[in-house]
Formats: sequence, structure tokens, C-alpha cells
Amino acid sequence: MEPLSNRKKVLAQKPMNFWEKIYLPAIIKGMGVTIRHFFMKKATFSYPEVERPYSKNYRGMHSLKRDEEGRERCTACGLCALSCPAEAITMISAERKKGEEHLYREEKYAAVYEINMLRCIFCGLCEEACPKEAIYLDGPHVPADYLRKDFIYGKDKLVEERFDFQTPKELAENIKNNESKQINLTL
Amino acid sequence: METAFIIEKLVLVVVVFVLTLVIAMYSTLAERKVAGFMQDRKGPDRAGPFGILQPLCDGGKFFFKEEIIPAGAHKSLFIAGPTLAIITACISSAVIPWGQPISIGNRVIELQVADVNVGILYIFGVVALGVYGIMLGGWASNNKFSLMGAIRAASQSISYEVAMGLSIIALLMVTQTLSIREIVAQQSGFVNWNIWVQPLGFLIFITCAFAECNRVPFDLPECETELVGGYHTEYSSMKLGLYMFSEYINMFVSSAVMSALYFGGYNFPFMNQLGLSPNWIAIIGVVVFFVKIIAFIFFFMWIRWTLPRFRYDQLMNLGWKILIPLAIGNIVLTGIITLIKDTYW
Repeated sequence: MEPLSNRKKVLAQKPMNFWEKIYLPAIIKGMGVTIRHFFMKKATFSYPEVERPYSKNYRGMHSLKRDEEGRERCTACGLCALSCPAEAITMISAERKKGEEHLYREEKYAAVYEINMLRCIFCGLCEEACPKEAIYLDGPHVPADYLRKDFIYGKDKLVEERFDFQTPKELAENIKNNESKQINLTL
Repeated sequence: METAFIIEKLVLVVVVFVLTLVIAMYSTLAERKVAGFMQDRKGPDRAGPFGILQPLCDGGKFFFKEEIIPAGAHKSLFIAGPTLAIITACISSAVIPWGQPISIGNRVIELQVADVNVGILYIFGVVALGVYGIMLGGWASNNKFSLMGAIRAASQSISYEVAMGLSIIALLMVTQTLSIREIVAQQSGFVNWNIWVQPLGFLIFITCAFAECNRVPFDLPECETELVGGYHTEYSSMKLGLYMFSEYINMFVSSAVMSALYFGGYNFPFMNQLGLSPNWIAIIGVVVFFVKIIAFIFFFMWIRWTLPRFRYDQLMNLGWKILIPLAIGNIVLTGIITLIKDTYW
């Protein structure tokens, strides 16, 4: 038959020679491999004490962002919920009242914004869908918990801390810390 | 028999017994540590610094586990199995000389529980008994996997004991004695070690020791992929612990026997040129002996995490078709060389 890919290799089953037959050289070679690994640097991170750095494009816990004046960016358009393949996001919108301009950027805002972390598959489609750059999956991984209801994260856990509450010095330090960890720990 | 002698021996027995158990206990930790390190992991390090309390936790866990004796099992034999395994493992260390005699005042204390003049035969006899523990346990479980494991253990032990005995005969032709104390005493210094005159015999002996201890690559009696858990499938709680423990004690004792027979026991290089008092040499000798034993235990583990398990027919081929002819050849060779040496030197 015509060979299809020209990748066919005929393996020669040649009989073992004397040194291969007594196995000892092979065993010593194998022992060399294991002893080399014995002294190698270990891949283990002793987790609670030492945390492994996340990669730059790691998609972890969501955070709802604020703009440069500390106002919530989310306008409760619902595109994130629509794009979510796991249907993990729900929200209830509300209208901004007079005197709340320093809290919400647009006239409409999310009064309730919930993500079910058990449903979420961390695909990042909400991040891509958001026209207001309000949601990013830039947190650490979602920690374990005991009850299902505790995995439904509301605005208290998702919205970023207001950085106008921070002094400029703290802000600079926070940014530095975040850059060094390559994650945003302020939720 | 005077009272002091009995007390002396009793103390020695207790010390050796405790040491054996402690070393066996920490072998379990060492095994997991070595396994971890060879696989680029850290191994257990949570219980105490570097995990040194891990064996205690494991032991405690074993005691608190539910003990199950299967309905169809032969109850008394089921209990006798692990008992026999641990007893035979513990008593085999009786004839090993741990060091040169220490003299306190005008008393000379032998660091050996019993100087039996057929010490090697005693060890062989006890090791051969060890298979009863496995065989009884496997049979009494009333489980086909246990029985298969037990049968494998029995046939493996019998096959490899032949080669082991033959490899020892060549050694005995050189040493001219069966007493382990005399064999060790002959190997004073470094050049007199029996490994230099019996390298092939040592290779056969260590291979057989692996098989006798049911260690990888010859751990077919408990091979998980085929036999669930082998002979201890039905065992739980501390009975399982005793089986595990006896394996580690066997490893310790065979390490001791190997270093006594081939690597000079408590002898170390330049021991007679240092100019120390005999007591100091004896103490250093004991330490050196334990270093050798620990090195052998490490070697056991090293092999375990390097080699895959043999197939059953390969195991039998190696035992009967390779090791036994090699051992016989070794005897003949040793005889010829001894004869030539005696006639022409």
C-alpha cells in the first residue's frame, strides 16, 4: 500500500547484547537519573506560607472596577450576564438619584450584582463583553468554602475598594504591591 | 549464669528492640521523603519540623482505625499472621554484632545479644519463618487476592532463598566460619572487607535480599495493580500496620546482615592506626555500623523509586535460571581460587 504520510518507521527488534541482557548498566543509569532528581530544586510550594505567583494572564476572581474618581463603572447593561455561557451573573439595576454622582458614573447602576462562583467557568467572556471596562477577572483564585450560598458573591465582595479613601502614598504602595504580585488583591 | 550477665543481655535486648522499632518507624518517613525528593517533591513536612512526627501520627492513626476481621476468615490464624510476621522480623536481629566488646572496669560487655556459632544459619532459619506470617495471613483472609499474594510470597521466598544460600556458601568458603561475630572480626580495617573477595556473591545476595524483603522490584506479593493489596488486602488497623512494620524491620535487619557480612560491620578504615583506646574504637564502630545500615536502607529506597516491578515469570527466570547458576559458578570459582592460593602462595 502507498504510504500516506511517509512517517512510518520499521522498528528493528534486534536481540539484546550481553551488557543489555545483564541489566546492571541500565539499572545504574536509572539510579543516576533518580539521584540527580534527589538533589534538584523541588517544584513544591508550601502553600499557606508561600504562595505561588499567578501568571500575568491568569483569570481569577472578578472585580468590579471604579473610575479615576472612585465611582463604580458598571452601568448594569447586562451584557456580561448575556455573554456568560454558564449563566453565573445576575444583576438588578437601579437609577442614580440626585447627590449620588460621586458613587456611580452613569445614570444607571447595578443595585445588586451577583456572581455564582460555583457556576462560573472563568472564561473571561464577561470581561470581553463589558463596554465600560467595569469587570475584570484579575483577582486570586476563589477560595474554598463550606456552604453553597457562600459562593454567591455580591457587590460587597466584588466591587473594588475605593482608592480615593487611600492617601496618595498608600495608593502608590498598593499599586506597587499589586504589580509585584501581578494580581489585584483589592476587591 | 550470673545476674549481671542476664541484666546486661536484657538491657542489650531492650536497646536493640527499641532501636529496631525506631529505625523501622523512621524508615516509613524516610521512604516517603526519598520518594518525594526523587520525584521533585518535598514529601511530608507538616507534622513537626521536616515531618519528623509523621510516623507517630501514622502509628496513632493505625491504632484508632476500626479493626475488621472478615466473616469468612479463620479468626485465630488471621490474628496469628501479622503476629508471626512481626515476631520473626524482630528476633532475626539477635545474632548481629553491633560493635566490638566494650570493657568497663574488668567487665567485658559484648555488643551482641547472642553469639551463636551458626549465626548465619539462625538468620536464614528465621527469615524462612517470616514467610509463614504472610502465608497464614493470606490464607486465613479467605480472599482469592490475598491467597494469590501469599502463594507468590511463598514461592518467591523459596526460590530466592536457594540463590541466597548458595551465595553465602561462597562467602563461608572464604571466612571458614558461620559465626557472624567472627566474620565481622576478620574484616578489620578496609582491605579485608569481604566485598573485595566476593563482589559477585554480594550482588547475588543483595538481589535476593530485595526479594526476601518483598521490596520493589520484587514486591509481587503485594502488587497493587494485579492483586488489590496482595496478602494484606483484608487487613485493617494495626494488623496492617504490623505487616508494614515487619517489612521495614526486615529491611533494617537485612541491611545490617549485608553490612556485617560484606562491608565489615563495625570496622572502618584506619581503625587501628588512629591510636584511640579500644572503647572509643568500639563506640565509633557502632556509629559506623549504623551509618552503613542507613546507607543500605537508603539504597533499598533508591532502588524502589528507580526500578519498575518485575513480571512474575521474569522474577522466576531471574531466580532459577540466572541467580542460582551464577551462585554455583561463584562457588566453583571461589573454590578454584582458594585452591590455587593455598598451593602456590
